[in-house]
Amino acid sequence: MRELLTGGEAVAHAMRQIGPDVVPVYPITPQTPIIQTFAKFVANGQAHTEVVNVESEHSAMSAAIGAALSGARTMTATSSQGLALMAEIVYIAASMRAPIVMAVGNRALSGPINIHCDHSDSMLVRDSGVVQLFAENAQEAYDLTVLAPRIAEHPDVLLPVLVCQDGFTITHSAEPVELLPDDSVRTFVGEYRIPHSVLDVREPTTQGPFAMPDYYFELRRQQAAALRAASRVFAEAADEFALLTGRLYSDLEEYRLEGASRALVALGSTAGTIKDVIDELRSAGMPVGLLKLVSFRPFPSSAVASALADVDSVTVLDRADSPGGTPALHAELAAALYGGGVDLTGAVYGLGGRDLHPADIRAIVTGPSSAYVGLRGESCPV
Amino acid sequence: MGELTRWEQLPAAGVVTPDDAPQPRTGSWRTGLMPSVDVTQCVNCLLCWLYCPDSAVTLEGTTFTGFDLDFCKGCEICAEVCPTGAIVMVEEDTP
Repeated sequence: MRELLTGGEAVAHAMRQIGPDVVPVYPITPQTPIIQTFAKFVANGQAHTEVVNVESEHSAMSAAIGAALSGARTMTATSSQGLALMAEIVYIAASMRAPIVMAVGNRALSGPINIHCDHSDSMLVRDSGVVQLFAENAQEAYDLTVLAPRIAEHPDVLLPVLVCQDGFTITHSAEPVELLPDDSVRTFVGEYRIPHSVLDVREPTTQGPFAMPDYYFELRRQQAAALRAASRVFAEAADEFALLTGRLYSDLEEYRLEGASRALVALGSTAGTIKDVIDELRSAGMPVGLLKLVSFRPFPSSAVASALADVDSVTVLDRADSPGGTPALHAELAAALYGGGVDLTGAVYGLGGRDLHPADIRAIVTGPSSAYVGLRGESCPV
Repeated sequence: MGELTRWEQLPAAGVVTPDDAPQPRTGSWRTGLMPSVDVTQCVNCLLCWLYCPDSAVTLEGTTFTGFDLDFCKGCEICAEVCPTGAIVMVEEDTP
């Protein structure tokens, strides 16, 4: 069934079809259309979900942990400052292994205050231990949301999964989206199961116990292994999803990398623009390609290295800066490609919703590029 | 968890089940006073059982039977909440 939907509406449809038991949520631009649309479904009886109107995102995530660990399938959504306010509890959700699925409408962090897209909010929780998947368009936002419970709730993972979509560019832009039938989604996600419910009085447990120096390190190591396992679980669920839809997802997407000597690397909606530019440059005879990361956490380092093995030069586009350091995606690529002899550069672009035009991408590909692309005035050497 | 365990062997999130939990006899923390009950005054309201922070009030079915001194820390809450004065704190017998 094909419908004209914004990314926010598409994710709300995925939520309706998944049918979470509990959704504690606090509105924030540009995530609001997700919960607004979903709340309408609940009000109309199209989803049987307890939507909890909490007083802040800190409370939303806290309530989500309680719900998820009591045995209720739980989803939430946020953006920017909301994710920043949640951040403390996002770490706790990961450490308590609460399989919460969260839609993120990516938006720049303050300040200055801004409502438009960049990835600084997601990067703030980069090391929290959650799975982070980035969508390129509304279809991917929908598909990854349907896949997310399968990853989050797998016994080898049991971690929050953040499905990130670019604020406004995806959340508010309408495009044709192929929806699965409701019962296919319900069958695909299956029953919600967790190892121990906090409400099970017959088998009582202590959850979130204090860990002294004799166990803290072990439990952090265990979390790291669970996040790595998400890569395999994603692949398995994606294979099954492909049988249903014909759309095969992977933790990365190689776009016209065959025979490419130069490649760009990016996350999110910008990958769509880059693909158009690459088609154009390929027609003009330039051997260029794109590596799009779908899964930023876990980061598929060895798959990245083999995808770029035959490429001479790579420029990584980061939509979040790391002042005083190397932006997150660039740093991951540097680690993944270390020792391979690739000429690696990075460029920060699109902060606070600044557009990245095809001309900018052409300039990056043909170089010399600058470290801050799309910034007025001086051109900084990469 | 008893003996120190490798990370691969720990339950996810370090969830503790009653079998895994060490049960140190916190009764040794008492500093001189222990609860004592005059059963003739007890009306079996079970407020002591409800309030005891260490589950050290013992029952048989729903009937009050006494205290598990291995876990009673001598906090005096049971004596405080007892509506009939059946529970009083007394000097501990020193062995």
